[in-house]
Amino acid sequence: MTDTADRVEATPLDRVVIRFAGDSGDGMQLTGDRFTSASAIAGNDLATLPEFPAEIRAPQGTLAGVSAFQVHISDHDIHTPGDAPDVLVAMNPAALMSQLGRLVSGGTIILNTDAFDERNLEKCGYEADPRSNGTLDDYTVHEVPMTMLTVEATKDLDVKKRDAERSKNFFALGLISWMYSRPEDPTLDWIKEKFGKNQAVVDANTAAFKAGHAYGETTEMFANRYEVPAAPVGPGTYTNINGNTATSWGMIAAGQLAKLPVFLGSYPITPASDILHELSRHKNFGVRTFQAEDEIAAAGAALGAAFGGHLAYTTTSGPGVALKGETIGLATSMELPMVIIDVQRGGPSTGLPTKTEASDLFLALYGRHGESPLPVVAAYSPSNCFHMAIEASRLALKYRTPVILLTDGYLANGVEPWLLPDVDSLPDISVDFTTEHNGVDADGDPIFLPYLRDEHGSRPWAIPGTAGLEHRVGGLEKADKTGNVSYDPSNHSLMTDLRQAKIDGIADDIPLAEVEGSGDADTLIVGWGSTHGSISAAVEVLAEDGVAVDRLHVTHMAPLPKNLGEAMAGYEHIVVPELNKGQFVKVLRGEFLVDAKSIAKVEGLPFTGREIADGVHAVRGSSQGGVA
Amino acid sequence: MTDVVLDPTKRGYWTSDQDVRWCPGCGDYGILAAMQFFHAELAAEGSPVSKENTVFVSGIGCAARFPYYMDTYGMHTIHGRAPAIATGLATARPDLDVWVVGGDGDMLSIGGNHLIHALRRNVNLKILLFNNQIYGLTKGQYSPTSEVGKVTKSTPNGSIDNPFNTIGVAAGAGATFIARTHDLDRKHMIETFRRAHEHKGAAFIEIYQNCNVFNDGAYDAITKRAARDEMMINLVHGEPITFGADKQRGVVLDNGAARVADIADVGMDAIVVHDAHAPDPSLAFALGHLASDRQSPTAFGVFRAVDGPEYVEGVNNQLLAVNEAKGPGDLHTLLHSGATWDVA
Ligand code: SF4
Repeated sequence: MTDTADRVEATPLDRVVIRFAGDSGDGMQLTGDRFTSASAIAGNDLATLPEFPAEIRAPQGTLAGVSAFQVHISDHDIHTPGDAPDVLVAMNPAALMSQLGRLVSGGTIILNTDAFDERNLEKCGYEADPRSNGTLDDYTVHEVPMTMLTVEATKDLDVKKRDAERSKNFFALGLISWMYSRPEDPTLDWIKEKFGKNQAVVDANTAAFKAGHAYGETTEMFANRYEVPAAPVGPGTYTNINGNTATSWGMIAAGQLAKLPVFLGSYPITPASDILHELSRHKNFGVRTFQAEDEIAAAGAALGAAFGGHLAYTTTSGPGVALKGETIGLATSMELPMVIIDVQRGGPSTGLPTKTEASDLFLALYGRHGESPLPVVAAYSPSNCFHMAIEASRLALKYRTPVILLTDGYLANGVEPWLLPDVDSLPDISVDFTTEHNGVDADGDPIFLPYLRDEHGSRPWAIPGTAGLEHRVGGLEKADKTGNVSYDPSNHSLMTDLRQAKIDGIADDIPLAEVEGSGDADTLIVGWGSTHGSISAAVEVLAEDGVAVDRLHVTHMAPLPKNLGEAMAGYEHIVVPELNKGQFVKVLRGEFLVDAKSIAKVEGLPFTGREIADGVHAVRGSSQGGVA
Repeated sequence: MTDVVLDPTKRGYWTSDQDVRWCPGCGDYGILAAMQFFHAELAAEGSPVSKENTVFVSGIGCAARFPYYMDTYGMHTIHGRAPAIATGLATARPDLDVWVVGGDGDMLSIGGNHLIHALRRNVNLKILLFNNQIYGLTKGQYSPTSEVGKVTKSTPNGSIDNPFNTIGVAAGAGATFIARTHDLDRKHMIETFRRAHEHKGAAFIEIYQNCNVFNDGAYDAITKRAARDEMMINLVHGEPITFGADKQRGVVLDNGAARVADIADVGMDAIVVHDAHAPDPSLAFALGHLASDRQSPTAFGVFRAVDGPEYVEGVNNQLLAVNEAKGPGDLHTLLHSGATWDVA
């Protein structure tokens, strides 16, 4: 696909994992992102893992400032961003030091040697230059003076040296694009589009990219060049999507499918803010976004909009969910529809704001005062966020209840190719507002009963502006049917039961749990959320190890699929990998009295397939050889 | 219900069927009656006011029971959050009249943040702060408007924190409409509600309200009929700020600070002419600080009423502008808006 003569024949590869790492100012996220896009256009299956430093402006050249982007590309269906990278592009010593341990032994390292001066070595704590003291002996190392070559390539252009140096990530991208036979045009076109307003930047980045590409082609340094052929996938139109964008589009889609205006109340928080940004761009869908003064106001405003008849959302991460708890309780009591989206991150407290974790399950299930049941759903892949946003909205509207949608930092920022759904195939989730009286008083006169329930246990949604149905809702306990304030003990007991029964009844309205696999393995892996891809990888690793397992993935965390107990019956081992210290496993043990075992990880990163496989071996008493 | 009132010009039309549960003698009764009469008056005048397009939103506290007693739509929410919840409702539904009701604890303590932000955004809300300088519903703790030294159950040795100056808070937050009235004067309350209702944007009304159980007589020195002439300063836009049985006293400004003076001493020319429309909120702020206790002449009426961009209108104008520029959103187009590729 390149337009220059190829010096080196490309060797086919079935898959490769590349990790770009550098200082946060080096543009590694952008580099990774562009490589990913070019790979998608080349038809590869792919998965990505961006890793940002927690500090916005960590001191340059330090370990704290390292920003990395891992991409896994393949000619077949893959599930994770890859366990260990095969190739590391390190733009400075800090990147090398912090990332080297992840590389496969014998892996390839491409270094920007211009950054390996004494000061930079010192900043990250290298006492000796790792390039010459044996540290890198086990790897294939390519030392490339990227900064110098970039400056050289741009010297005839009208750019200052400092600005020219900033294009060095495009040099790296050009080199890697050559090594892996990526098409050049998509990146060159993108540069034009992205930086079009600033011709000097377009020229510098273009020159750097081409220089990197040419460098691979002409220097003797690179004896090998690879090609990862397209993965065979179903026909259709694809796009690359990350979880936050998919969630945003799902919210917009839900508004269209419900025929309701969308209202988002939100307060900036990592890693959820991108949803607020994305929705703010789509006002022509009738989307109103409200950046509130705090998390509580964000939830409150959403609830107010819900009372007014909008499809209301609030988006946040764990600390924000804690703050919104009282409002969610009020929504449970008022029985109004709203969706709370929790893009989970490492906790407690500020924890690891830029790293992934799935430790808010208990918070979502139980984190409110009083008896306040609500549905909880969890997305399992970046593109699945789209569908789960619609599903959460459907449940909220139909059952007049707050619903929590759990995603996480890994899904939020991870990218995968998405076979775009046909818009006409999406479900109609519209509901009717109540516009008529629905009861009679003692004298037989028509009245409105705001807490009269339908066959699903849902109460009427009568919005302001509807004449004759004026009513008051509040957080005080309400009398059955009339909704008037009631302190009657037996009424409180009845209302508590009715609210619970409504949520429990949703089990009849969600998909059954499905076991994937032969159905006769002795081990079942039960997962939820973003572990889906890692578990798929683990199943393949286990098969290579000689162990066949079944797997089951839960998307509806509350209420649970009604056949879940049955689906788990008969397995000798039930293993539950989670990016927390074992929350869902406790739910399963508590609900079903099964001897489920936990595989826990809280390192801010998704599981590798091998980690889960090893956990399964430990539970089964088996090993990589397959037998005990 | 055989006694349903069908005539919107009657108070009963605006009265819900719920029993009012405030303590007998509570100032809240007078405020509720004024609000019901006000709506009846609006209807009588042919104003397009209606039950179905009116919503009262409240937080928690005695005052916050208010929505239950108005036969309109209503939300009785959580402590402090009413301004935020009402902001969402008003933003979603610009066609509604949204009133917010709360007490001093509700809106200045736990909900202070939401109050100031609703005011600075200039959301089209009519915010009523029932200030009784005490926590009533929780049975008598000092509040953020209680005077220093207040002895309550939680301050047996007297409170040591400074109270808020409510008008100053509103002025500081950039409120475009600021007024004060009190629970003993229905006519004044109705007039104040009317001015707020006519205002486009956030309107803040402080209502001196007597809690006869936990803080009885807090405002007696000012609002009792016999005291009014000498203690209440009625603000009228464009007129010199004078008061007293013979209008013998007035307000002067000393280096920006307002103080009371005898006209005989300072001369009429020194008396401040009230300007509620001044873009700068300094005068409102100064007039709010006239009385630092509840024993001195205190200003009532409209401190400030200025035009400013209203938040909800701004939101909707952006929606319209984007819709015009881009055309109505299309889901298929949105999903295909990134780089796409086809697989045969
Ligand atoms: S406690 Fe005070 S404010 Fe509350 S209802 Fe009784 S008198 Fe009124």
